[in-house]
Amino acid sequence: MFSDSLQKFLFGRLTLESIPFHEPILQVTFAGVALGGLAVLAAITYFRFWGPLWRDWLTSVDHKKIGIMYVILALVMLLRGFADALLMRSQQAVAFGASEGYLPPHHYDQIFTAHGVIMIFFMAMPFVTGLMNYVVPLQIGARDVAFPFLNNFSFWMTASGAVIVMLSLFIGEFARTGWLAYPPLSGADMSPGVGVDYYIWALQIAGIGTLLSGVNLIVTIVKMRAPGMTMMKLPVFVWTSLCTNVLIVAAFPVLTAVLALLSLDRYVGTHFFTNDLGGNPMMYFNLIWIWGHPEVYILILPAFGIFSEVTSTFCGKRLFGYASMVYATVVITILSYLVWLHHFFTMGSGADVNSFFGITTMIISIPTGAKIFNWLFTMYRGRIRFDVPMLWTVGFMVTFVIGGMTGVLLAVPPADFVLHNSLFLIAHFHNVIIGGVLFGMLAGVNYWFPKAFGFKLDPFWGKMSFWFWLVGFYVAFMPLYVLGLMGVTRRAQHFDDPSLQIWFVIAAFGAVLILLGILSFIVQLFVSIRNREALRDETGDPWHGRTLEWSTSSPPPDYNFAFTPVVHDLDAWSDMKKRGYSRPLSGFRSIHMPKNTGTGVILGSLSVVFGFAMIWYIWWLAALSFAAMLVVTIAHTFNYNRDFYIPADTVVRSEDRRTAMLAGRA
Amino acid sequence: MMHTDTAPPGTVPAFHQEEEHHPENGTLLGFWIYLMSDCLIFAVLFATYGVLGRSYAAGPSPSDLFELPLVALNTSMLLFSSITYGFAMLEMDKGNQPMTQRWLAITGLFGAAFIAIELYEFAHLIHEGAGPTRSAFLSAFFALVGTHGLHVTFGLVWLVTLMVQVHQRGLIAENKRRLMCLSMFWHFLDVVWIGVFTFVYLMGVLQ
Amino acid sequence: MAHSLHAPTRTRSRAGRIARGLALLPLAAMLAGCNLVVMQPSGDVAVQQRNLILASTGLMLLIIVPVIALTLLFAWRYRASNKEAVYDPDWHHSTQLEVVIWTAPLIIIIALGALTWISTHVLDPFRPLQRIEAGRPVPEGTRPLTVEVVALDWKWLFFYPEYGIATVNEMAAPVDRPIEFKITASSVMNAFYIPALAGMIYAMPGMETKLHAVINKPGDYNGLSSHYSGTGFSRMTFRFLGLPAGEFDQWIAKAKSDGKDLSREVYLDLEKPSEQVPVTYYKSVADGLYGLIVNMCAVPGKMCMNEMMRIDAAGGAGTDSHGNRERLQYDNRYIREGHEPPGATTPASHRPARGEVQPEGMKPDEHNPAVRGSDPQPDRGDGPAAPQDPVAPAQRNN
Repeated sequence: MFSDSLQKFLFGRLTLESIPFHEPILQVTFAGVALGGLAVLAAITYFRFWGPLWRDWLTSVDHKKIGIMYVILALVMLLRGFADALLMRSQQAVAFGASEGYLPPHHYDQIFTAHGVIMIFFMAMPFVTGLMNYVVPLQIGARDVAFPFLNNFSFWMTASGAVIVMLSLFIGEFARTGWLAYPPLSGADMSPGVGVDYYIWALQIAGIGTLLSGVNLIVTIVKMRAPGMTMMKLPVFVWTSLCTNVLIVAAFPVLTAVLALLSLDRYVGTHFFTNDLGGNPMMYFNLIWIWGHPEVYILILPAFGIFSEVTSTFCGKRLFGYASMVYATVVITILSYLVWLHHFFTMGSGADVNSFFGITTMIISIPTGAKIFNWLFTMYRGRIRFDVPMLWTVGFMVTFVIGGMTGVLLAVPPADFVLHNSLFLIAHFHNVIIGGVLFGMLAGVNYWFPKAFGFKLDPFWGKMSFWFWLVGFYVAFMPLYVLGLMGVTRRAQHFDDPSLQIWFVIAAFGAVLILLGILSFIVQLFVSIRNREALRDETGDPWHGRTLEWSTSSPPPDYNFAFTPVVHDLDAWSDMKKRGYSRPLSGFRSIHMPKNTGTGVILGSLSVVFGFAMIWYIWWLAALSFAAMLVVTIAHTFNYNRDFYIPADTVVRSEDRRTAMLAGRA
Repeated sequence: MMHTDTAPPGTVPAFHQEEEHHPENGTLLGFWIYLMSDCLIFAVLFATYGVLGRSYAAGPSPSDLFELPLVALNTSMLLFSSITYGFAMLEMDKGNQPMTQRWLAITGLFGAAFIAIELYEFAHLIHEGAGPTRSAFLSAFFALVGTHGLHVTFGLVWLVTLMVQVHQRGLIAENKRRLMCLSMFWHFLDVVWIGVFTFVYLMGVLQ
Repeated sequence: MAHSLHAPTRTRSRAGRIARGLALLPLAAMLAGCNLVVMQPSGDVAVQQRNLILASTGLMLLIIVPVIALTLLFAWRYRASNKEAVYDPDWHHSTQLEVVIWTAPLIIIIALGALTWISTHVLDPFRPLQRIEAGRPVPEGTRPLTVEVVALDWKWLFFYPEYGIATVNEMAAPVDRPIEFKITASSVMNAFYIPALAGMIYAMPGMETKLHAVINKPGDYNGLSSHYSGTGFSRMTFRFLGLPAGEFDQWIAKAKSDGKDLSREVYLDLEKPSEQVPVTYYKSVADGLYGLIVNMCAVPGKMCMNEMMRIDAAGGAGTDSHGNRERLQYDNRYIREGHEPPGATTPASHRPARGEVQPEGMKPDEHNPAVRGSDPQPDRGDGPAAPQDPVAPAQRNN
């Protein structure tokens, strides 16, 4: 008895039974992860990379390195989220009639929950944040973001959330409630156990990172623009980033609050969202979607920005209708707060309420449509080079309008009554998230990769990846539209009607094509690294770019710009080239820069421990890790020595190297 | 007009500046944006209280529970602390470090008194069987008032930290900036409390 | 405007067009072979919803098709290798064009918005029907058939107050008679959806939603839950029979003769999590049972929600009301009775993490016949705490 309560004190509800030794899929995954992890650790040790890894990356406050780390996190989580997608597609392709498939419901339910959570919070969000982090300071001619340490801390909080989600794979189970964890199902009485707690803590910890990074980028854009860069001379990507970060700051606190209330229900026994004692589950639907709908635009707006940059660069033209592009972005930002109820027309609000939210939703399609036309007329009378980023853009324009159309259809309440929660809905939002966000991010990676690493990505494998993704997307999701029209609902683990099976088989085949697209992308990375000398970008401006990031070297020096640029026109770099700008070769000074710090990594690690302890009810560890976080934070504020100067001769050396490189090419 | 530079046509204007660029410090703006996001958390909690505030679950209502004299005392503690923080900032502007510290200490004492009274109130409610699990109304009440209380507690920890730092390094620019941030934070909590006092306590007892 | 969108017309090869047409054939055949029930419904409400889908899609295609066509056309025409195409790097503004690109979508949305406003009001599920079919208004004095629907974990219970019967997982309605559904749920949210009949609406515990619909063609249709509700969700389906008036009376008669009695005890047993429950008829129903379910007080000793709301509206029950707390707790009954709740995960599910053991409430599993239906699981000692203590979930430490 004593040992039992001691065990409970020490380990909370964690027991050996919580570790899924019995599950073959997980054993293989775990073995793979463990072996892969060991190989990576061994390689780091062998190449004596520990020191540089810690000094130059993990503790770095350089926005460029943090941006790259975000994108790496996103790509890793893309693989995890896509593995979930393959499992679901194959389960639904076989589980008909007498066949149960190979995933029992309680396992399948976790997979679709994890897929949604990972793809939105730990794939799309870090991807977007990573690209904004990398590109925004360069495009506005700044040397870093406004709060470099906060940036590092934000990244580690996001990464910690991802670690917690991944932990649920090997210790315990994940939520089986769907990606928004609607109560009463997600409440303590209907979903006891660790699943929803994993969900809550992963999102809360990552949410802190997202919010702070939003604050950081807003201040960066407002305060740190190069002289002369007025708001109407901002590159469109910076505009969309600004709007996205405003949305983040205005939406994520709502998520934080609503999840905090859900955790009070689960941990303390309060009655916010319970059926009994006056609780109101419908309030959760409203609150979570007040965050959730702006979240959609948080993801898509930066993608719109990327497409704008890519279109104007590869058409060799100034963007058509810059001002209307900006206004459209701002209008979308504002309207995105007035539409949340369209996610639950079927809850039974009155006709007045439903039609109000239906119509506001449709109104968003007007500025969005204007944007599409702007890209279209940028192509008009352009000289379009179909490099990989431009291919993604054209693929996006065709695919996204279809997703937009089905979206407006779902905004008509009576139509939504028959299509809501159906596979038509699934097809719709994958149509806009893959066809919009993901295509945009992959365009962005192909576009800015030479800037970040000094060599281009291999175009052949890039094109392979694009075509597999594009065709795979249509093969995987058009059948879901059809299935939705057949009245098939989402999240089902098994179907009775065998006539549906052929459509699921086609969709599964589409998923395999997308897999080939992802593999091609990985091959593209490897091939490009191998051929990096042949793909080397010595000019810093491989695409004949138009914005300031292309005016510095590839990769840019730590300080980005030896001299702060002065801006006279939209598309500043294009303007500089046109008017015979010559790069300064002398007069360099020492440059004031922020110092690296390990505080972010330490706080991130402690927050993983804290989250884990809360999930498993290990109260002593939770208290200890929380106290440790407080102490580390306070100790950090006692460090006043946070910056240093890059000496002038270091700047001279690195600028001279660039001069030599440019001359060597000529 | 797209080309808005002042260089005459045909000449190349300056495309970089020789001297070091000093962007304005964004800390106060950043902190203000953070406060606005915090404000949204309170907005959600207020909205939740608005929705659930009359769901007593056949249990006690505000007029059964709240003791306005105690809450009035509590409110005055927080309002006084805001005023004394203001005095601290005035002294900081004058560069008078000892007086700044003294006013900060008084602010901290008022803040601690506020927290103590609030904890007493909570303990009393829970003792009466009106804890946060009794009804949706009480859940929303404890969440809203408790979140505010947590903020004040955090502010106190911050206040003590800053006093130590001012003691160590004096009223240097960094410390002044930090005191400004805490000042915004402290007054913000005051404003939120006025909302809580009106919306929860006064309207609760009067209804 | 000096710029025209003129592009030299190119003759596409006829063979290519035919080949593409042929490629579409199997797709068309597949579509014809499957039952697009949302597009070919049998109830007037669903028909109007289908028409709305078609009309809105048509409206939007007015703009979508030209956009896609122009995208492909411009991409082709202005490719860098085409030296004949005009290249105008400084052309980036045209007021006329900007007006067009904002007004064209605006006009479509005005049209669609008007359509939305009207149709949302006409097809409001709470609004009694005005017509049985296009051109056939509801005759004066027609009383709709009232069906009270309860979403249980994981089956559907239908009450027919007019006839005093109830059924599980099968319901019937006479053709061309308006139906008024009153919908609620017992523990978690679901959505009540018969695609052939009308759109879905959420079924929510402690609340009642409504749906008005009519079936115009006799037939045997599918009904389902279309809002995820836990373990047995995939099999939470039912049959909906549209019957000619005579056959409907026979169906009622069959329920009356073959059925059992639905007392409160029988209901409480039925309410426990179970899956693939066979169609069951009840010839009689305990008085006011549906009302008790809506008010969450079918369990004896519980306070009904309407009573609670009455007390709350009168200003609560004061500080001496501790007893009410226990009487108002509904959600913890699964844990209290030892059933696995619908979303339980390890360790509260008492199954090895991600193991093969089927959750409770699942259909029988030949590997592990012990796990089935509503047999309470033996308490392992680390299970739920004693029912009375008002502890927080986390304090149960399970």
